[in-house]
Amino acid sequence: MFVDFFESLRDVGVPVTLREYLGFLGALEKRVIPPEADAFYYLARTALVKDERFFDAFDKAFAHFFKGAEKFFVLGIDEIPPEWLNGPLKRIFSEEELERIMGKGGWQALLAAMQKLREEQQGRHEGGNRYIGTGGTSPYGQGGQARDGAKVGDEEAEERKKRGIRAWEKREYKQLAKDVTINTRNIKLALKRLRRFTREGVPDELDIDGTIRETARNGAMFDVEMRPQRKNRVKVLLMFDIGGSMTPHVKRCEQLFYSSRTEFKNLETFYFHNCIYENLWRDDSRWGDKIKTYDILHKYNSDYRVIIVGDASMSPYEVLQVGGSVDHFNDEPGMNWLLRLKESFPHLVWLNPEPQDQWEYVESINMIRGLFDNRMYPLTLDGLHQAMTLLRRSAHTPTLVPH
Amino acid sequence: MKFEGTERYIATEDLQVAVNAAITLEKPLLIKGEPGTGKTMLAHEVAAALNLPLITWYVKSTTTAQQGLYEYDAVSRLRDSQLGDPKVKEVKNYIRPGILWKAFTAPSPTVLLIDEIDKADIEFPNDLLLELDRMEFYVYETEETIKAENRPIVVVTSNNEKELPDAFLRRCFFHYISFPDKDTMKQIINVHYPNLHETLLKEAMEVFFQFREIQGLKKRPSTSELLDWIKLLMTENIPAEYLANVDLSKELPPLYGAMLKNEQDIHAFERLRFMQRRV
Repeated sequence: MFVDFFESLRDVGVPVTLREYLGFLGALEKRVIPPEADAFYYLARTALVKDERFFDAFDKAFAHFFKGAEKFFVLGIDEIPPEWLNGPLKRIFSEEELERIMGKGGWQALLAAMQKLREEQQGRHEGGNRYIGTGGTSPYGQGGQARDGAKVGDEEAEERKKRGIRAWEKREYKQLAKDVTINTRNIKLALKRLRRFTREGVPDELDIDGTIRETARNGAMFDVEMRPQRKNRVKVLLMFDIGGSMTPHVKRCEQLFYSSRTEFKNLETFYFHNCIYENLWRDDSRWGDKIKTYDILHKYNSDYRVIIVGDASMSPYEVLQVGGSVDHFNDEPGMNWLLRLKESFPHLVWLNPEPQDQWEYVESINMIRGLFDNRMYPLTLDGLHQAMTLLRRSAHTPTLVPH
Repeated sequence: MKFEGTERYIATEDLQVAVNAAITLEKPLLIKGEPGTGKTMLAHEVAAALNLPLITWYVKSTTTAQQGLYEYDAVSRLRDSQLGDPKVKEVKNYIRPGILWKAFTAPSPTVLLIDEIDKADIEFPNDLLLELDRMEFYVYETEETIKAENRPIVVVTSNNEKELPDAFLRRCFFHYISFPDKDTMKQIINVHYPNLHETLLKEAMEVFFQFREIQGLKKRPSTSELLDWIKLLMTENIPAEYLANVDLSKELPPLYGAMLKNEQDIHAFERLRFMQRRV
């Protein structure tokens, strides 16, 4: 019945599945709601959307799809004219128009393209064929000739019927571009790989197998055995590059940070800028207390897992030269510190938020990757999985060569 | 069976639709929202309105799905065998029914509240998929199937500490209790304190909504904090005129402890005040 609506929801990025759609139809069939537009909207939302982050996208798709449909609710759901149920989209656009929209990758692609343009564009345009403006052949704007476009701003309803995908007025469409491929849940699932369950501490849990064994040995006299609880005792040092070229990656780093904080009980976080030198910071503003890198090397023993997060994109001098750092005079090249870290912590990985296919073009990435024996992984789900699998392995023991 | 709120609980129209849809279609209803907007209360009120018993499962970080079904008390059985207790022959005597079992076998339909599901391990919701879907589970020790005679109305609350798995979400109806607007808030206060003086209500709400606007609070005060605060204002007999003259840029409102729950927020507030004074 509302298949087109269902599909347009999926187009705008609301993760709705057939199961939820059937549930929604079931609710309509059972007449959960009175035939009113508001109730209909609430029911659709409660049945189809499972996360408040998608409410905005849903509202948009809903308004877009059911525009002008309110009057049918007076008739009651049974009396809705069939042509309306067959999809208002088809009434509003010709087949050809729909095809062209889909040809451009659908609504979402159009939105993304438009947002990009908005960022480029400064000021008003008229008659152009590229930017958002009026009367041109660009697909974005008002009253233009492009048929597969997105319209910006309000206008008479009749006018709307002529051209362009229905307009939105100052909507917050940034949510649409949200990257759903990596979120705190799947980050946590990846981090889970790093769990190391051990039994240490106070024996406060009944060991059933042990009790049975000891009882049997005791000639069936009850002998209770206790043991410590199994807990995740992996110890992690997390080091974040912060500021400068890392700004575009802040969100993913935050997600990683929050996920790790709940996943690992023994977690210490430090911050640096571009490359690691003699000091690190506790505070992400790099204002507060400095900590000597030597102290970290001495304080934490080698069974700590070290995860460095950074784009490793800098001038090669920052790695190789004395005094090469961008914000202070360093007595030793960054390389020395990286090598010291590697030596002290055999379990070490570098996570790089830059796309992996760009790595080979950046000299400093290649250098650092080499320093750490290729233990650099992209900050994607796949990369995280690989990195955690590597960290999980028991110590990277160097093979002993007999003299 | 239709839920329209109760005399103590104001349910907005969207919430009513969500609850009734979940009841009619016998699906769990997942409730999210800011702390203090009445998520847990909802289940209590649904039970009260429909005159059904409420069974609550408070989820903690150590809760496992199995605990909700049943537990096999092997230790008592072992002990009883030592003592030669005849009970030991029946494994049934050592199966302890969990909350879901109780809800499934209750003589009448019940409202089952699974409170703060996000507190448990990240896989917890996945372990309950089948049980909540079919409303039945299998007891291995006694080889019997426990099946719900009356499907309970399931309300699940979450504080967004962890993201819930998609497979679980797909089986639920979802409602997000948004923070009430001023009119709804007025109704809510009215059902709680029907004798509250009009001017005091107005001034208290004024201060409260300004308070919520303060940037950088860790925990913004919510409906339940407002209700507590009004109660205190009433018992302490704070006059409305006094509230009207409170200038948030200069001082904390009286009895602010009901609204600010941690010292960082009090510091944040003081810092803000300090900055404003300098301007």
